[in-house]
Amino acid sequence: MLLIPCPWCGPRDEAEFGYGGQAHVPYPEDPTALTDEEWARYLFFRNNPKGPHPERWCHAAGCRRWFNAVRNTATNEILAVYRVGEPRPVIV
Amino acid sequence: MAEHIARHSPLGGFAARFAAATRGSGGAVRLAELPYPAQINVRLDPKGPAADAVRLALGIALPVEPNTAVRGGGLAALWLGPDEWLVVGPAGTAGDLESRLRGAVGAYHAAVTDVSAQRSTLLVSGPRSRDLLSHGIALDLHPRSFGAGRCAQTMLARAQVILTARDERGPGFWVLVRSSFAGYLAQWLLDASSEYTAPGYAAQGCSASQ
Repeated sequence: MLLIPCPWCGPRDEAEFGYGGQAHVPYPEDPTALTDEEWARYLFFRNNPKGPHPERWCHAAGCRRWFNAVRNTATNEILAVYRVGEPRPVIV
Repeated sequence: MAEHIARHSPLGGFAARFAAATRGSGGAVRLAELPYPAQINVRLDPKGPAADAVRLALGIALPVEPNTAVRGGGLAALWLGPDEWLVVGPAGTAGDLESRLRGAVGAYHAAVTDVSAQRSTLLVSGPRSRDLLSHGIALDLHPRSFGAGRCAQTMLARAQVILTARDERGPGFWVLVRSSFAGYLAQWLLDASSEYTAPGYAAQGCSASQ
């Protein structure tokens, strides 16, 4: 089980969290102007890196806040957590 | 149509079993229900004027440090989130407490909600209470990291609870659990405490070892 450091509550078991997919996917400025393909890309297409991946998590059984975490998808190491609205930290 | 609808606590039927477990452990673990405490959910900006108004109205400040609780004047304010608290008061005071808080926040941007019926409250105390809760909680409950004034929302035996350490002398906790989970959690606690209520446990003096 992962130990995920909630930016509010501190390290907690993975079972307390919900997963929200890739972070920093901007909502299209003018959705009506998109073609079907561009809309489908916004809805369904996500990065699938081997390595650091910024993603959204929700501390569902704790403070119920959404936050962002950079997780190494190969090792499951949590490299950084940051609150919503804060910039993505630079991972060296 | 009935004038009064009788209140039933989901833990009402457990009083005798709680008392038996408390006796059987020689007081090493004490289980009891705290019936019907007033619980008011408060949401506001901790940096805004509403926070000051609430502090003046209650006589205690809403804690801004995560996982802490502030007690005073018969009330407890538990941190639930960066802009959310649970104010717990004595049974029967929910209406009064809610109107005091509503009056305090006035027209400020805030939400005050009576959630007294949402959760049941268990008292778990005694020298072995930390050991008992640790059977189902992943947090470190050692007084060093979870002493008086700490509170946490976490999973106890896979049920979501609000856990707070009481300020009184000796180990003791409030466990606030959703009413629909209260019966399950009570059964689980009774089962988990069987280690401390086994015949001869109290006689061996184990309960005094902490």
